[in-house]
Amino acid sequence: MNLSEKKGVEGYEVGPFYDEFFSEDGEPRPAARVLIEKLQSMSGEELAAKQKAAELSFLNMGITFTVASEGGTERIFPFDIIPRILEEREWRTLERGLKQRIYALNLFIDDIYHEQRILKDKVIPSEIVLSGKSYLPDCMGLNPPQGIWCHVTGTDLVRDKDGCVYVLEDNLRCPSGVSYVIENRRVMKRTFPEVFENGRVLPVDDYAAKLLEMLQCISPNQDRTCSIAVLTPGVYNSAYFEHSFLAQQMGVQLVEGSDLVVQDGFVLMRTTRGLKRVDVIYRRIDDTFLDPRVFRKDSMLGVPGLMDVYRAGRVALANAPGTGIADDKVVYKFVPDMIRYYLGEDAVIANVPTYLCCDERERAHVIENMEKLVVKSANEAGGYGMLIGPASTAAERAEFKKKILKNPRNFLAQPTLSLSRVPTMIDGRFEGRHVDLRPYILYGRDIFVMPGGLTRVALKKGSLVVNSSQGGGSKDTWVVTRRP
Amino acid sequence: MLSRVAESIYWMQRYRERAENIARFIDVNLNLSLDVPHDRLTQWMPLVQTSGDEEPFWASYDEADEKSVIEFLTFDSANPNSILQCLMKARENARTVREIITSEMWQEINMAYLFVRRAAADRGLMRSNYEFYSRIRRQCQLFNGIADSAMSRNEAWHFGRMGSLIERADKTSRILDVKYFMLLPSPEYVGTPFDSIQWCALLKSASALEMYRKHWHQVYHAHVVDFLLLNPDFPRAVLSCVAEAEESLHAVTGAPMDKFFTTPEKILGRLRVELASHQASEIITGGLHEYLNQLQIKLMEASSSIMQTFFARVPAGYQMTA
Repeated sequence: MNLSEKKGVEGYEVGPFYDEFFSEDGEPRPAARVLIEKLQSMSGEELAAKQKAAELSFLNMGITFTVASEGGTERIFPFDIIPRILEEREWRTLERGLKQRIYALNLFIDDIYHEQRILKDKVIPSEIVLSGKSYLPDCMGLNPPQGIWCHVTGTDLVRDKDGCVYVLEDNLRCPSGVSYVIENRRVMKRTFPEVFENGRVLPVDDYAAKLLEMLQCISPNQDRTCSIAVLTPGVYNSAYFEHSFLAQQMGVQLVEGSDLVVQDGFVLMRTTRGLKRVDVIYRRIDDTFLDPRVFRKDSMLGVPGLMDVYRAGRVALANAPGTGIADDKVVYKFVPDMIRYYLGEDAVIANVPTYLCCDERERAHVIENMEKLVVKSANEAGGYGMLIGPASTAAERAEFKKKILKNPRNFLAQPTLSLSRVPTMIDGRFEGRHVDLRPYILYGRDIFVMPGGLTRVALKKGSLVVNSSQGGGSKDTWVVTRRP
Repeated sequence: MLSRVAESIYWMQRYRERAENIARFIDVNLNLSLDVPHDRLTQWMPLVQTSGDEEPFWASYDEADEKSVIEFLTFDSANPNSILQCLMKARENARTVREIITSEMWQEINMAYLFVRRAAADRGLMRSNYEFYSRIRRQCQLFNGIADSAMSRNEAWHFGRMGSLIERADKTSRILDVKYFMLLPSPEYVGTPFDSIQWCALLKSASALEMYRKHWHQVYHAHVVDFLLLNPDFPRAVLSCVAEAEESLHAVTGAPMDKFFTTPEKILGRLRVELASHQASEIITGGLHEYLNQLQIKLMEASSSIMQTFFARVPAGYQMTA
């Protein structure tokens, strides 16, 4: 059949997965119905033209990420015009779960860098926390403003075959991607203006305003207009677009480490009119690069003396240094225990079952069942340092086994989840592709969760890896309300 | 504002203006080749000579004809001042300050760069030279127009304006210098319609012909020199560029227009007074080419003193403010 004759989602196969658009018997899910009707009225040609226009818009706007392994080439983050749709009722539950989780994680970090009650009470084995790569003894006794450590979090959620949503990972160290959420929405409003007209999709545009409000609220200097800066590693960092985008949206300075200097107990930036004080730094560089005098001596990205000013309470950092201990993938296993310990509640959103290789019994299970499991390292991100059992070769498994036995603390395993799928435009027609979801959470005066978040999609057929570095793309995420 | 940011904005505008001017040069020369009887190998070399990039040119090409000069000035990566290289650098600088300039400006410079890059990869896209170069010119003008109509008159805008005006002053002086290198087919042609066509082409390169005619009516070489160098009202004339750059400089330092505290204020102020007090006839008697050389050196000094004063990582002579 000719492409232009085929209408909308005709011929789409749901497959043996949870589909976000259609129930098992092929009925449209209520939240997706309006869009599906819209798609049915369009030809394949029209849809392909819309997809092309959206891609061109990303290219012209220079919304790109930099690929270090390709000598700094810029690429657009592949984008698919079919959104992922969530019903508001389900979203409100997820929102509650995320707030609960962040609240508990923050109490955990504060506890770890103070009394370590949770370790003394043996809720979490102390050797697991204290041996974590991202546990920073230099942060002991720090008191960040209002006791908040994790100001910005991106939590990865997935939906398994059973239809339940699980937390897959907590990202508390400079999670990126939120700029794509805002830009994706801008492009989608042009792509399907009719669908937005009835106002049933919750807006995401106020994220930058909320971020600014949060940064203002943690400023040590509350009596005058405080000076805020976004600290970037520079134009060659893969997330540079996002750093400049957020600075622009908030109307604050974007600085590199070399723009800042510590003098007379304050952090100052070098301007055309001399040195000016900085009160709050939203830093997008890792903990260990922040201050070469305290952490990595070879850091060219940081500011010598920054930690002294921070300790003296004369500058605020978001996120606080040391926060990374809470997104160690081994510590992750204990988050439901933390929630119970600190809040006396059960976790609203469940964890994925996790086997720790530092436990003898669990390790034996992992090694025996490696071809069924996903094995991950505790401190890697971006889809690196992991083994997807069902897609692995015997040689890869043998190599991972060696790695695990050499350093069991650094590895954990989870069952291979069958991520839910969303119809995706592939060569002018629809095919199901696996997705995850990263909502963004801000913790300032209160906790704010952006409605929706970044939906990442594995564009390769059958692939479960959604990372942009490994052939992943993104979709807009709609939280659809029933109210008109 | 951050010194690093001021520097990027300054260079973003200099490179954008440079790209725009090279596109003008080529456009006008293409037209000229239709009007004046010429030797294929004499008409194009002046463009390379005036840009001061003869060395890299001869390193890659054997003869200076239309094809090789256009390639060199438009796409060649061995030429640091080819249009593609200038747009790339303008865009790279814009990319490091995209939170300061407006999104529309960023999008425009990004599209201009992508357009020329695509043509570099596939020359088939340059179907008509005329269309190609006027589109580059228009996109650069659009960028500048958006800067003028959408940016607050803050330091960022003033640094960008200084960059584009100093570059423009330099390019106008080089356009005038083309005539020095440009040989007529033979000496008898001086004073003939061909001579006049060349002067007109030169005015066109600076988008000055129409304004010139309103002012001087007839094309006469001393008047062209006067109009392009010493006219205080024509925005591409060197005097006008220097005076406006000086205004922006004073807006940044906060010094009144009749006070000269910093080195760049002194250099630009002196240059403006010199230009305002010179006469075209004196300049021609003293040697136009030599005069233009000196002028270009002074503009370079002004530029490096701006860099020294504002962009050096610790600006000299400034007190720390809380």
